[in-house]
Amino acid sequence: MTDSPLITLAGYFALLSLFAVGGANAAIPEMHRIAVDVMHWMNDRQFADMFAIAQMSPGPNIIIVTLIGYHVAGFAGAAVATGAMCGPTCVVAFFAARTWDRFKDARWRISIQAGLVPVSLGLIGASAFVLARAADNNVYSGVLTAVTVVVAFNTRINPLWLFAAGGLLGLSGWL
Amino acid sequence: MTAEEFNEAFALSQFLPGPNVVNFSVVFGSRFGDAPGAAVALVGLMGPPLVIVTVLAMLYARFGDLEALSRILIGIAAAAAGLLIAVVAKMAAPMFAKRWNSAPLIAIAAFIGVAIMHWPLPWVFVGLAPVSVAFAWFKR
Repeated sequence: MTDSPLITLAGYFALLSLFAVGGANAAIPEMHRIAVDVMHWMNDRQFADMFAIAQMSPGPNIIIVTLIGYHVAGFAGAAVATGAMCGPTCVVAFFAARTWDRFKDARWRISIQAGLVPVSLGLIGASAFVLARAADNNVYSGVLTAVTVVVAFNTRINPLWLFAAGGLLGLSGWL
Repeated sequence: MTAEEFNEAFALSQFLPGPNVVNFSVVFGSRFGDAPGAAVALVGLMGPPLVIVTVLAMLYARFGDLEALSRILIGIAAAAAGLLIAVVAKMAAPMFAKRWNSAPLIAIAAFIGVAIMHWPLPWVFVGLAPVSVAFAWFKR
């Protein structure tokens, strides 16, 4: 890769977009690996902050790439990162939509779809692990995460209530 | 668009890599108005959130070091992590409840490769996806 952060952003996110089976949540660990471990654009805490902001924002969660892009290279970075993450798959989606009727009942297509489910489950599991490690830096935040798991698993509560509770607990200084 | 067409567009978006909602907007838009329809749907979906998030990014760049903001965000992030774990648990429950099959092993391998070993996602994908698809092919 060259020194230009824009080219680095474009290259990483365009590649990532084509391997992110399961959507934004499956792509989180790779974004974390690149932004924190490889490129040192930010620390764990900042990554967790950006994930939190993306979750709270309206629109698709993939919008976290806009935040990462802005952090790295301002407006240009935000535009390049978002375009790279959405562009290639949009082109694929556009052409796939035209041929879908022909192959939707094909055995190879059904096998691919079924085969990708466990891969994406593993990737989303890895996302949860990476985020919990980035967000939970003491016992209290760990407990908050655990309680959220139980509540979200057993109820159909609107996630915004959980975010509000987490934000208030954080503000109050408990975490 | 009928319910069936909607379901097909949804299935296709799930099948394709990348952000599912973004894919869906392109598939959905192209059904109505070909390339311009896809572009309009995409801009409609991404435009307003992009403006909002860019403003939030500017605010974060300016005020991200504030103690209070930092505390609020860490609380939200801890809750968001919990939410994602619950999603994973809901997805995993039916897969792990079946009698022996390859799916849980593939899922665990993908998890270990990415979360524990920190291998690049494309490598893990290229290593596991063909195996998993082959299992799915021969299982039928």
